[in-house]
Amino acid sequence: MRYRRDLEPKASEITPEAIWQDRRAVLKTLAASGALGAAGLAQAASTPTGRVLNAPRNPAYVADEAPNSWDDITTYNNFYEFGTDKSDPARNAGTLRPSPWSVTIGGEVETRGTFALEDLLKPHPVEERVYRLRCVEAWSMVIPWDGFPLADLIKRLKPTSKAKFVAFTTLKDPVQMPGQRSGVLDWPYVEGLRMDEAMHPLAFLATGVYGRALPNQSGAPLRLVVPWKYGFKSAKSIVRIDFVEHAPATTWAVSNPHEYGFFANVNPAVDHPRWSQKTERRIGGGVFAPRIATRPFNGYTEVASLYTGLDLTKWF
Amino acid sequence: MVLSRDRWLRWVGKPVVHALAAAPLALLAGRTFWHPELLGANPVTTIIDQLGLWALRLLLVTLALTPLRYLTHSSAWLLYRRLLGLWAATYAFLHLLMYVVVDQRLDIRVLLEDVLKRPWITVGFAAVLILLALTVTSTRGMMRRLGRRWQTLHYGVYLAAVGGVWHYWWQVKKDIRAPIAYAAVFALLMGYRGARRWLKARSAPATAPGRI
Repeated sequence: MRYRRDLEPKASEITPEAIWQDRRAVLKTLAASGALGAAGLAQAASTPTGRVLNAPRNPAYVADEAPNSWDDITTYNNFYEFGTDKSDPARNAGTLRPSPWSVTIGGEVETRGTFALEDLLKPHPVEERVYRLRCVEAWSMVIPWDGFPLADLIKRLKPTSKAKFVAFTTLKDPVQMPGQRSGVLDWPYVEGLRMDEAMHPLAFLATGVYGRALPNQSGAPLRLVVPWKYGFKSAKSIVRIDFVEHAPATTWAVSNPHEYGFFANVNPAVDHPRWSQKTERRIGGGVFAPRIATRPFNGYTEVASLYTGLDLTKWF
Repeated sequence: MVLSRDRWLRWVGKPVVHALAAAPLALLAGRTFWHPELLGANPVTTIIDQLGLWALRLLLVTLALTPLRYLTHSSAWLLYRRLLGLWAATYAFLHLLMYVVVDQRLDIRVLLEDVLKRPWITVGFAAVLILLALTVTSTRGMMRRLGRRWQTLHYGVYLAAVGGVWHYWWQVKKDIRAPIAYAAVFALLMGYRGARRWLKARSAPATAPGRI
């Protein structure tokens, strides 16, 4: 692994499942009666699919905003492993085999080795959290994730005192991930957090969305969710978690260091060189909805104390 | 009544070219008002991107007419040059308008910051301004009034195309394969012009002694 030495230092209700099911039933009836056009079929496609997780909601972590539809969440993705267009992952991610899956734990940690995903996840009860997701490209969504706090896994793995950062590595397999046949990024995708960031109660490992097992295009079977940082920090389809002494060289920061930093905290005061970060377009609002103001740390100001004394303009 | 070839090109050809050039716009408008779900999860960005791409495509088609004229030894192509140029400009204006009015809601501070601080927007904005100048002076009356300066002004179309391709290239985050393709087509069209001019200049003294 490569490192960066310079870095050492009230909730809107989600559509209840009964209603999805009901809508599907209504659409089926309509379809049977032949009254359904193309628009109706597009709607029918937005019914969540996949293994049901039955995760109770954790009311302490529910964004006070209406969540995006299953369709928005699963068809508008930045996951270059399956192509660079936002609609590519939904189209191309069928080649990913999220089961069986294993994750390698390495570095400065007591519990090292390669584990079957089920064994790694077994001790962690899954809960639902509704988080805002802000992409560095100035669009955002509200997503009901299922998963568990990253801190719980880290505590169980027992990192040593030398572990200052955690690195997450995405699968590298051009057969399963056809986008990796192009050299558009330096594969495998690597992301990382400082240990105190990783231990923050907001940092989350997701195994599902909308109460279903993660669809491939959303980073199946295991992905990171760091809601106060730009979306690219949240590594998908994780196969390695390494505890390291130095900041890992993260993919986008290596690819274009002037535009993407290691911290990548959502910050309306620090513009991306190519677009303003002051506002964002909330997905799902339609053509004529206005942009909304972007909030520091994506509204999760409880993390601000992690960065006391850090010049966020320099360490963007 | 039998139409002459020239009348065919005018009375049948022109409406067909108009219809083809307008089709992407009609499709986008239809989706915007009746089937927004077909524009994907982020329809505003889809519309802005599509308008920009069609502006660029039609501009390149317009610039392909002169090479086609020489390659086919037919000046019929030139009948459609102004028409296609104006359609390219129309898409470019709508591209800018969508960004200014629908995306940024006429927020002058944001727009000024974008145009002044972000080179890729500066370049795109300049290209649209050039196309605006060309549109305003595209009439026969303006051609007469401007005389020789008209031609000089309308060489600006090359600058607008450079600006358009550059704007697209810079806008893309990482995957520059599509912008490269557009740049290659533009380079090919310009290369043809250059090569032809060079060959003509070389052979001119031999074939046209009377032009001293």
